Amino acid sequence: MELVARERCGDLVVRIEEVRIDAAVAVRFKDEMRARSSGAHPRVILDLSRVEFLDSSGLGAVVAVLKEVTPEKALALAGLTPNVQKVFRLTRMDTVFTIFADVESAFVGVAHAS
Amino acid sequence: MPRDPTSAPDRKTIVRAEFSGTADGVRDALRKIRSGLTAFQVGGEEAFSAELVIAEALNNVVEHALEGTEHPVFRLSLRQSQNGVLVEIRDRGRPMPEDRPPLGTAPSLSVDPAALPEGGFGWFLIRELARDLEYRRIAGENRLSFRLAIYHTEPA
Repeated sequence: MELVARERCGDLVVRIEEVRIDAAVAVRFKDEMRARSSGAHPRVILDLSRVEFLDSSGLGAVVAVLKEVTPEKALALAGLTPNVQKVFRLTRMDTVFTIFADVESAFVGVAHAS
Repeated sequence: MPRDPTSAPDRKTIVRAEFSGTADGVRDALRKIRSGLTAFQVGGEEAFSAELVIAEALNNVVEHALEGTEHPVFRLSLRQSQNGVLVEIRDRGRPMPEDRPPLGTAPSLSVDPAALPEGGFGWFLIRELARDLEYRRIAGENRLSFRLAIYHTEPA
């Protein structure tokens, strides 16, 4: 399970480097996210722009991350590919998450965005 | 008279193979489906929907029917028909509870965030994306079949 975490404007941006979040990696994904998001950042942005396949196990893992991170911090998703968008739309999870078109959009209006 | 799915492959067979009843076996099966659908000129959203619904069905087979059984395997076939792609999954694991597939009601999201469901979406997605779903338990074998509304498929 490859993730790349970096700080931006005090927030934590985590990019998933996997093409698939499925039953085979869902548990590892949750564990990795728990380890990476333990810092003091007010917001965690999950960049899903490389993910082409998400099944219900993967979706469940993203929900688990939301529950882990909140309410102490905010979680936002960014860069959903059409396939991933479809899963969120069908399950109506798109109504639960804060979703940005891309990581850049998550920082629009944030002072000193770099 | 429906064709025997164990008969020899023909131009209408997209995938027919046996896989290990594990998460990795599911990945192998889905890889085969992707290349099979590509060969039949199916791509984009249709191919993803097909892969998703089959992934959900196979995850259930691996996690519920086959979990803890000896030599877990499942057989998968995808065939082209006039009405879309016909999918059949067979395994010799445990039968479905009450011998019928779950209704797949969508879990409620109108709850406290801490109580949001992390599961229960698999059967909802299957019911949403699959047509003519049928489950039979025959001689110790689970047979789940459904149709995907994918048309105009042509072998390349």
